Amino acid sequence: MAFTSMMGARVTRREDPRLITGRSTYVDDVKLAGTTYAAFARSPFAHAKIVRIDVSAAKASPGVLAVFTADDMQGVGDVPTAPQIEGLKIPKHPALARGRVAYAGEPVVAVVAETRAAARDAADLVEVEYEELPAVVDLERAAAGPPYVHDEFGTNIAFTMQINGGDAESAFKNAAVTVSERLLNQRLAPVSIEPRGMVAHWEPGPQHLTVWSSTQIPHLLRTQLALALGLPEHRIRTIAPEVGGAFGSKLDVYAEELVTAFASRALDRPVKYVETRSESFMSTVHGRDQIDFIEIAADSDGRITGLKVKILANLGAYHQLLTPAIPTLTALMVPGAYDIQNVSVTLHGLFTTEVPTDAYRGAGRPEATYLIERGLDLLAAKLGMDPAEVRRRNLIKKEQFPYASAVGLTYDSGDYHAALEKALQIAGYDALRKEQERGRSEGRLMGIGLSSYVEVCGMGPSSALPAPGWGSATVRMEPTGRVTVMTGASPHGQGEETTFAQMVSERLGVPIDDIVVLHGDSAVVQYGIGTFGSRSTAVDGAALYRALDTVCEKAMKIAAHQMEANVGDLEFKNGRIAVKGNPEKAMSIAEVAFAAFRGLNLPPDVEPGLEATRRFEPPNFVYPFGTHVCVVEIERSTGAVKVVKYVAVDDCGNVINPMIVEGQVHGGIAQGLAQALYEEIVYDENGQLTTGSLLQYAAPHANQLPMYELDRTVTPTDVNPMGIKGVGEAGTIGATPAVVNAVVDALAPFGIVNMDMPCKPERVWRVINGYDGKANGKAAKK
Amino acid sequence: MKRSISVTVNGAKWTGDVEPRTLLVYLLRDTLGLTGTHVGCDTSSCGACTVLLNGQSVKSCTLLAVQADGADVTTIEGIGDAQHLHPMQTAFWEQHGLQCGYCTPGMIVSACDLLQRNPDPSEAEIREALSGNLCRCTGYQNIVKAVQHAAAAMRAPKMERERIGAPAD
Repeated sequence: MAFTSMMGARVTRREDPRLITGRSTYVDDVKLAGTTYAAFARSPFAHAKIVRIDVSAAKASPGVLAVFTADDMQGVGDVPTAPQIEGLKIPKHPALARGRVAYAGEPVVAVVAETRAAARDAADLVEVEYEELPAVVDLERAAAGPPYVHDEFGTNIAFTMQINGGDAESAFKNAAVTVSERLLNQRLAPVSIEPRGMVAHWEPGPQHLTVWSSTQIPHLLRTQLALALGLPEHRIRTIAPEVGGAFGSKLDVYAEELVTAFASRALDRPVKYVETRSESFMSTVHGRDQIDFIEIAADSDGRITGLKVKILANLGAYHQLLTPAIPTLTALMVPGAYDIQNVSVTLHGLFTTEVPTDAYRGAGRPEATYLIERGLDLLAAKLGMDPAEVRRRNLIKKEQFPYASAVGLTYDSGDYHAALEKALQIAGYDALRKEQERGRSEGRLMGIGLSSYVEVCGMGPSSALPAPGWGSATVRMEPTGRVTVMTGASPHGQGEETTFAQMVSERLGVPIDDIVVLHGDSAVVQYGIGTFGSRSTAVDGAALYRALDTVCEKAMKIAAHQMEANVGDLEFKNGRIAVKGNPEKAMSIAEVAFAAFRGLNLPPDVEPGLEATRRFEPPNFVYPFGTHVCVVEIERSTGAVKVVKYVAVDDCGNVINPMIVEGQVHGGIAQGLAQALYEEIVYDENGQLTTGSLLQYAAPHANQLPMYELDRTVTPTDVNPMGIKGVGEAGTIGATPAVVNAVVDALAPFGIVNMDMPCKPERVWRVINGYDGKANGKAAKK
Repeated sequence: MKRSISVTVNGAKWTGDVEPRTLLVYLLRDTLGLTGTHVGCDTSSCGACTVLLNGQSVKSCTLLAVQADGADVTTIEGIGDAQHLHPMQTAFWEQHGLQCGYCTPGMIVSACDLLQRNPDPSEAEIREALSGNLCRCTGYQNIVKAVQHAAAAMRAPKMERERIGAPAD
């Protein structure tokens, strides 16, 4: 394909040929000679003391090589956690449970055997005697007092954070109207279609550990394995091979990974562990899970004067890598896209006897957006005002950027009104409202929902994160003029092998087929922080941009020297460095690369080779935004919600490849919509997971999702040299409240102003038929 | 305990011993090294393991290897390779019908099965036919478009098919 410019072109993905032909290598496809297999015996109880463990039958089972308990892993460090929150309570979290278990599914005993089946068989023969303790599953009760998940703390509150901006109390005292609501943000499972897995290969000769892990953070995994296992970091190589989705769930170092690496070293054999889907539901991190209380104060024109939010965040039993940090993002983003000067947020992070929560697509920001976007609709309902108009009156204005939010963030750039108006225009908002009015008189249940979101991503400045936040890139011109790029990002579906090659092709004028982008291997790539928080392009892409700067500067110097010209007299265009006004006198970038490699006739202060490694420390986060419009029809007889129209106008700044951006938005909306309508992780009162497989957990199928109409506005950022913001999570963040607002709008004739997610048919049917146990049921019976 | 079976996989006959409890997907992946067929769940829900058995799509995690004795199996590796892409593979590539790629082999096999039965499916028929395959990345929109494009390419007259590189009948 010929493009006049690679930037902004719909280049088909370079990743795809291996993926569409089944010739790629995911972790479970890695097979080394002598591979052994790990399996785990897990706690059947949510909370219990371990009285006795008997592994004799497991050890005697055919093909078993070793059985490990916590006692065998003395000296191995805890499952790592990063957040530095003042006063945070951090429970011990050994890789295998020691003396007690705190969630159903916690690994207790590991078995390693010659085959996958032999390992599973033996794990089922492990006998553990437990003394059951009370489960802690109700967040509000957990906050109030005992029983405690971790008795040593004498509380279930892991940390409390209070953020104040302006004077919320006065704002509420003087408010013309106030609204308040309790909002539930249910627990979700990330459900990457590839489960977690690892192959660990300890080689006793060179004393070297190679690890293939389905991870978003291969280098951080390497550092953490070194720390936990007491191995020298330089003797560990971590490889993220093809990774089949993650959505935040593989931004972690898991107990099973520590055990697998430990076992390989103990046995001098390669060890493979790949979780089953059932294990995934009970032991891979979950997302969301908050009970939030929102209060809004406004004047009679609908201008918001104050916002008070209380967040109860379910952290689960232990801290995984970023567990407590996730709800802090909710706290920081509660004002959303609105100019609210007086804000008060109280956040309690709570232990429960459930799987730890951690990053799941959006990670804290979907909860914030849900809060404020539902809040805007509550206010609109109270004032009898159109939800679009309430948004218009409160959105931060274009001329206010960069905007200092009341809770201390600086939003980089935006034109929120433009995105709102564009979305309304594409959806045909006014006509939809008229149609709704007509429909209501005919008994049709049609609802229109809006969501004007802003989110914080491009993680991020190192000073604002619990881990380093910089990006890294190496650009190496090979002697034959080809280009090898090594990125610190670790893409697993996001397509940077393509978009980063587009960046290189654009700058160096090298055909895209002559460029390769390598990632996810600590022996190949300079240290990289990985892919999460919609950071790859905004941060690692910026490092690549800088590395290209350096390569271009050096190429100009070498070309100037070789052509006996001044650098200032040269121009670099379409892969050729030419003397201005004399295009005959020129060198191709390939010729410069060869000269640099050959090391002859170089300027005296220039080293051989044409290669650069750069790091980029972002000065701020980036803040993508947009407006989504969702239209639903509800079937009266069943309560089934059908999305009949979905319009999304997103702004992620400049775009390298619109095809890939649209793909990210599609998938993002699908996951946000799924939270609104379908998905929920449910624990019963005993802490037993009742949604432990894909038969109960309603990840949506093709016939449950609509087509999306997408458009964009373009407001570049100055946080990075390309003016690019992230787009991996925006769709999810925008979608959930748009859908719920539409459902609530459809049900407005029944007198309701709120409904808890997921808005599944049964729940909707109860509202329609007055069986929802709330006052609004009476309205329905009228 | 082991049972001897014969299976023709992607045109090549394989005879060997399998444990009665071995699932077809593990015979394909572990014994035959055909790792393009993936495992994404343990409840026959996700469809990542979909293959053609005697020309019909099946979830190879839901079938014992011994049940495939005497059968003809086509996996993603048999649908097409990089030099000889099937129009369905080309369409998934061109329409950006994949991101992480893990569900893709099963999705492509299911879509091929649909077009055998229904060469001109509607959007609703495509969504229904693929409802046994989970994708978590794409939101399905570009998958639906890919199947529509592949269907059009495969219905095109012979000359047009040669021009676009579609295989002969």
